[in-house]
Amino acid sequence: MSRHESRLLVESGPFLRRELTTPGLMNEVTLALAPVILAAVWFFGIGALLIVIASVAGAVGTEWLFAPSRPRGASLRDGSAVLTGILLALTLPPAVPLWMAFVGGAVGVGLGKTVFGGLGQNLFNPALVGRAFLQAAFPTAMTTWSEPTGAGGLLSIRASNLALPLMSGTVDAVSTATPLGAMKFEHAETPISLLLRGDTAGSLGETSAIIIIVCGLVLALRGTFDWRIPLAMLLSVAVLAAVPWWIKPEAFPSPWFMLTSGGLLFGAVYMATDPVTSPTAPLGAWVFGLGIGLIVVLIRLWGGLAEGVMYAILLMNSAAPLIEQATQPRGFGRGRWAG
Amino acid sequence: MQDMLWIFISAMLINNFVLSYFLGLCPFFGVSNRLSTSLRLGVAVTLVMIVTSICASLLNTFVLPYAPYLQLISFIIVIASTVQFAEMIIKRFSPALFRALGIFLPLITTNCAILGLALFQTNRDYGFLQGLTFAVGAGAGFTLAIVLMASLRQEMRLSNIPSIVQGTAISMILAGLLSLAFMGFAGMFSAL
Repeated sequence: MSRHESRLLVESGPFLRRELTTPGLMNEVTLALAPVILAAVWFFGIGALLIVIASVAGAVGTEWLFAPSRPRGASLRDGSAVLTGILLALTLPPAVPLWMAFVGGAVGVGLGKTVFGGLGQNLFNPALVGRAFLQAAFPTAMTTWSEPTGAGGLLSIRASNLALPLMSGTVDAVSTATPLGAMKFEHAETPISLLLRGDTAGSLGETSAIIIIVCGLVLALRGTFDWRIPLAMLLSVAVLAAVPWWIKPEAFPSPWFMLTSGGLLFGAVYMATDPVTSPTAPLGAWVFGLGIGLIVVLIRLWGGLAEGVMYAILLMNSAAPLIEQATQPRGFGRGRWAG
Repeated sequence: MQDMLWIFISAMLINNFVLSYFLGLCPFFGVSNRLSTSLRLGVAVTLVMIVTSICASLLNTFVLPYAPYLQLISFIIVIASTVQFAEMIIKRFSPALFRALGIFLPLITTNCAILGLALFQTNRDYGFLQGLTFAVGAGAGFTLAIVLMASLRQEMRLSNIPSIVQGTAISMILAGLLSLAFMGFAGMFSAL
């Protein structure tokens, strides 16, 4: 090609593009999880980091072994397995044995993602599949919560973290109730300042509301995820929790307690926004978020469990294809149901 | 009234026949590959459940107190004739649906969800209206489960599922995950 020929560039659209790749997206979310991991280590000691490592090892190992990519392990480059491992670890209680975190990561990636054909084809959030599996298989270990150790216990590792696989003695000696558990079973509302700061019992990553809100705002402003989903979730929880509280304030938790306690914020920012398992149309995103909020309020106020964010997101994941079909923008004159 | 609401929600979500009791699995796997067919099968099963529940309450009031050994036999006769009836109606009004449902339509007869409904209703001493609510709730739960399953399976049609789990295996895994998600409803409204 001679020199003056190349001055006329003929290109087809799109002309404006965002330099967004799958690994880029995954790394952005992983980076936004770093403050949450640091907070987990601050509140629950260095054991939290070990749990994250164990879970990531399970997730990455399974992806390497079983993902149908050629050459083996090529799919690790997109960074999704690492992200799944971190997300799962941050939803585990601080005293969970490390081997369970490993199993959870393996099941989450194995049964949640690779059997469906890998990234982009999974129907449920892999991290939550891992957690739901652990909750069903090891209910005691998954509902034993311990107090945050604070800065003094930064180097502490809980004895139960190091329990041997499938042996007894996995239960931490000192256990306590999460704010939601205390609300549900003893009717004690944890003060909001404590919930915002995160100095409460709970899963590793969910306790500090303020850090998750800041990270979530940054991600939303950068356009990493669809802001409609978390907004719809939080709005519906706030409104649906406000009604019974307004009628009978002594029997029901306040809306701000509902918003800042448990895994709601963490789930809204990091779990529900998974682009694979949530609807893509704007209206669909609203419906999806509202549905999660509704199920969360139902489970928290009237369910048998203290916390229901995980189940709410999984249930709406299963409804996502239906929502997607019903809310797809359609061409003029086309039928209501696409396809 | 609250009692009725609880029966309905319990049969539909908390103790979903398919995803918690694992009843009626053969149509759940057999007819869940198309959304439209699965929705109609759900409606057919619901109708059969409603008729069965009415017949079971009548039998429980007028016949079975005098001849308790007839319970299973009479329930099966009731269900079989209801299904025959539903089959005739569907064949008359929607031959396309009749062909799409194929063997699974007469198989509603041997669907354990229907017999389970009649037996649960008897064991729990539900009255006529309670039984009816129970049947509508169970049918709605069955429809919900099979429609969710069908939409998920349609979504999977374009995925490259590894050959080792293709077909029934992936459907089983999917049903397991769906059932795992429905565990969240466990114990709901038990305080009411």
